[in-house]
This record gives sequence, structure tokens and C-alpha cells, in this order.
Amino acid sequence: MGTFSLGAMLVAALITLAALATSHTFSVFFPGLLQGAWLTVQIAVCGSLLAVIMGTVSGLAKLYGPGPLRWLAVTYIEIFRGTSALVQLFWLFFALPLFGISLEPFTVAVLGLGLNVGAYGAEVVRGAVQSVSRSQWEATIALNMTRVQALRRIILPQAFIAMIPPWGNLFIELLKSTALVSLITLSDLAFMAQEMNQTTMRTIPIFTLVLLMYLVMSLCITIGMKRLEKIASKGMPRGRSA
Amino acid sequence: MIWDWDYTFEILPVLAQAAIVTIEATAIGFVLALVLGLILAILRMSGPKVGWCVSVFIEFIRSTPLLIQIFFLYFVFPSFGVTLDAFVAGVIALGLHYGCYCAEVYRAGLEGVHRGQWEACTALNLSSLNTFKNIILPQAIPPIVPVLGNYLVALFKETPLLSAIAVMEMMQTAKILGSETFRYTEPITLVGIAFLIMSLVSAALIRLVERRLNLRSAK
Repeated sequence: MGTFSLGAMLVAALITLAALATSHTFSVFFPGLLQGAWLTVQIAVCGSLLAVIMGTVSGLAKLYGPGPLRWLAVTYIEIFRGTSALVQLFWLFFALPLFGISLEPFTVAVLGLGLNVGAYGAEVVRGAVQSVSRSQWEATIALNMTRVQALRRIILPQAFIAMIPPWGNLFIELLKSTALVSLITLSDLAFMAQEMNQTTMRTIPIFTLVLLMYLVMSLCITIGMKRLEKIASKGMPRGRSA
Repeated sequence: MIWDWDYTFEILPVLAQAAIVTIEATAIGFVLALVLGLILAILRMSGPKVGWCVSVFIEFIRSTPLLIQIFFLYFVFPSFGVTLDAFVAGVIALGLHYGCYCAEVYRAGLEGVHRGQWEACTALNLSSLNTFKNIILPQAIPPIVPVLGNYLVALFKETPLLSAIAVMEMMQTAKILGSETFRYTEPITLVGIAFLIMSLVSAALIRLVERRLNLRSAK
């Protein structure tokens, strides 16, 4: 969808939320749900940061790392991509304490989601770096740059642009996965919804609001990433030459 | 004692039985997603107005969490008079969510078929149903099989979410086993390993299919 349609959807969702906030049936649930939404945002932001760091480090390690480091990166990527995010969260939350490491639920949430999405991000980073044309590498050799210099000054800045759209998808994926942390006792948006649902049994207003709130958050990410892509690719030739 | 082997072997058959439910949910959910995805993709390409409505629907489903959609189907639909069994609600939610992802994949496949193929069918006076079924789809499907395969693995890994509405799949069984004995390490680790093995196997299968298809198209 184009930026315009996305913007229209965001405005429509916000107007619906604002209209519902004035209606008595819905307004009682707003404070609690917003409180949950705030925690969701915190987890999503911290998790995304961790995911970007893990993705970049392990993606580059898989490409250029020395033997053992590359193996470590591949193992990390395969394990976290191969198992379910919920199982990973449960494992960190329930099984890890039995090995003597007890973590706060918030830490578990950020660690679990960040590591999970980071493993997917590693493949994104790898793909983007590999998509930079070979001749760019050859040119850096001709200019007598070291590998690190070439990577930092020439390859990564170009790979960065190619990375933005898939990272946007992953951030949305991560935001949606934050609903899982409600199952490890964190009172995020999904948890608040379930709790309110159990106490008031007013299912329709609660879950409608929750859906709208998640929609607003992910539309913000989509639009933000599109803008970022536009800014980052300023001055770059459109389309990739072979 | 951190790891109890006796307990591990004791719970293994129970978990294996639960794995069948997981596989059932994956299979039915994925078939649903494939069918629904194709319908949505066709509707989306059928006209500007319908297409816009469908793309808003797809965008909506794709940007809200699957867990909330499962809750919505399971908790909200009864108040509209539609009461669903937990397993049915979960499978429908999985199928609907991934159907929207598949719709995008189908669209890419369908748009990848050369315009000339459509025009040739018009020239041969084939009906549009005939064109679509016999000429366009057979060309559109093979290139997207690997991508659809990735979504199969993704859907498979989302099935533990059904534990949130008490479907007795692997995760829910592991949680119950854990709460009975207060030993969470073994059941949850076993579930993790089971998922890892099954995902790796299916990823290898997808790679095999992909190579086969590439070979055929290279000829």
C-alpha cells in the first residue's frame, strides 16, 4: 500500500479511537489499556534495539568472522529461527531459573524477543551486504582500503538502505510478538485486555480497542520506516544496477 | 540435579501425543491459509474498489498480533452468537492470519506471469476461468512454492499460541506437566528441541523442493 493509504488508515484508526474514548461503553477501559500499551511500547523499543545489535553482529560474524565465531553465529541463528518464540520465552522464564539464573519478566521479554528477531535480522543483514555489487569491493581494493575500512565506509552505507524495508517488517513482527509476554506475567496490552475481560466480561469493547491500538502502533512503524528509507536513499541512484 | 532423565522418558510419550495435535493444527491451518490466500489475491486483483477493501483487510490482519486475533475469535465471537471450539478457533485464526501473508505471495506470483500469456488466451478464445485455472496458475505457483514453504514453517512455530486458549498442543501439555511436578526444565526444553528438529527438517525439505523446481525451470 502507498504511504497515502497507510496514512489514511492511521488517521481513520486514530479517529475511531478518539470517538470511542468519548463513548461511555469504551472509555472505562482506556486508562488500563493505555498503561498496558505503554509497557508494550517499552518492550518493543528495547527488544528492537537488542535485535538490531544482535542482527548486525551475528550477520557480519556469519559473513566475515573467523571460523569459531562464524559457527557461533550460525548456531545462534539456526536455534532462534528454528524454535518457537513462545517456547523461547517460556524456556528463559521457567527453565533458566532452575539453572540458577533468575531474570525479571521484563528482562526475559526483551531478551527473548530481541534474540528471536535478531536471528532473523542476521539474515537480513547478510542478504543486504551480499546484495552490494561486487565491483564496489573491487574498487575498495583498487583504492587500497583495508577490509574494515571498506566495510564501514563503502559497503555498509549502501547495504543499510537495502536493509530498511525488511527491518521494518521485523519490527512489526516484534511488536506483534510482544503480545506473547502477557503469558509470562507481564502486564502489557494483551495481558490487561485478558484481565479486564475476565473481571468485566465485556469482551467486544475491550478487544476492539486492543486491536485498534496494535494497528496504530504498527502503522506508525510502517510509515516511519518508509520515511526513513526515503531520507536514507536521498542522493542514491534509484534501483540497483547489476 | 538439573536434568532428570527418568522424568524425561516418562513425559516423552505424552509430549509425542501432543505433537500430533500441533501437526494437525499446522496442516489444517496451512490448507486454510493457502485457499484463503488465493481467494484474497484474486479478489484483490479483480477491481479497484474491491481490491482496496481487500488490501485494507489484509493490512489490518497483518498489523495486529495473532494472539489477539485468537482471543478475538475465541472470546468475542460467542457474544455474536458464534461459539467456536478452542481448536477450531485457533486453527481459523492461524489460517486467516497466514492467508493474508499468502495473499501477498500469490499476488507476486500472479503478477510475475507475463502479460502475453493473458493476451494469448484471449486470442485463443479461452474463458477467463479456463485461462486462470489452466494457463496462469500453473505458471504462477512453482516460483512461489519456496516462499509458501517458509510460511508453513512460520505457521508451525506459531502453534504454541493456541496454548493460550487451552488447546492441548505441545506447549500446553508441557506447561501442565511442569505445573504438576514443578519441573519445567525438561518439558519445555523437549518442546524446544522438538520444534527445532521439525523446523530444520522442513527447511531442508523446502530447499530440496526449491532445487527441484530450479532444475526444472532451468531446462
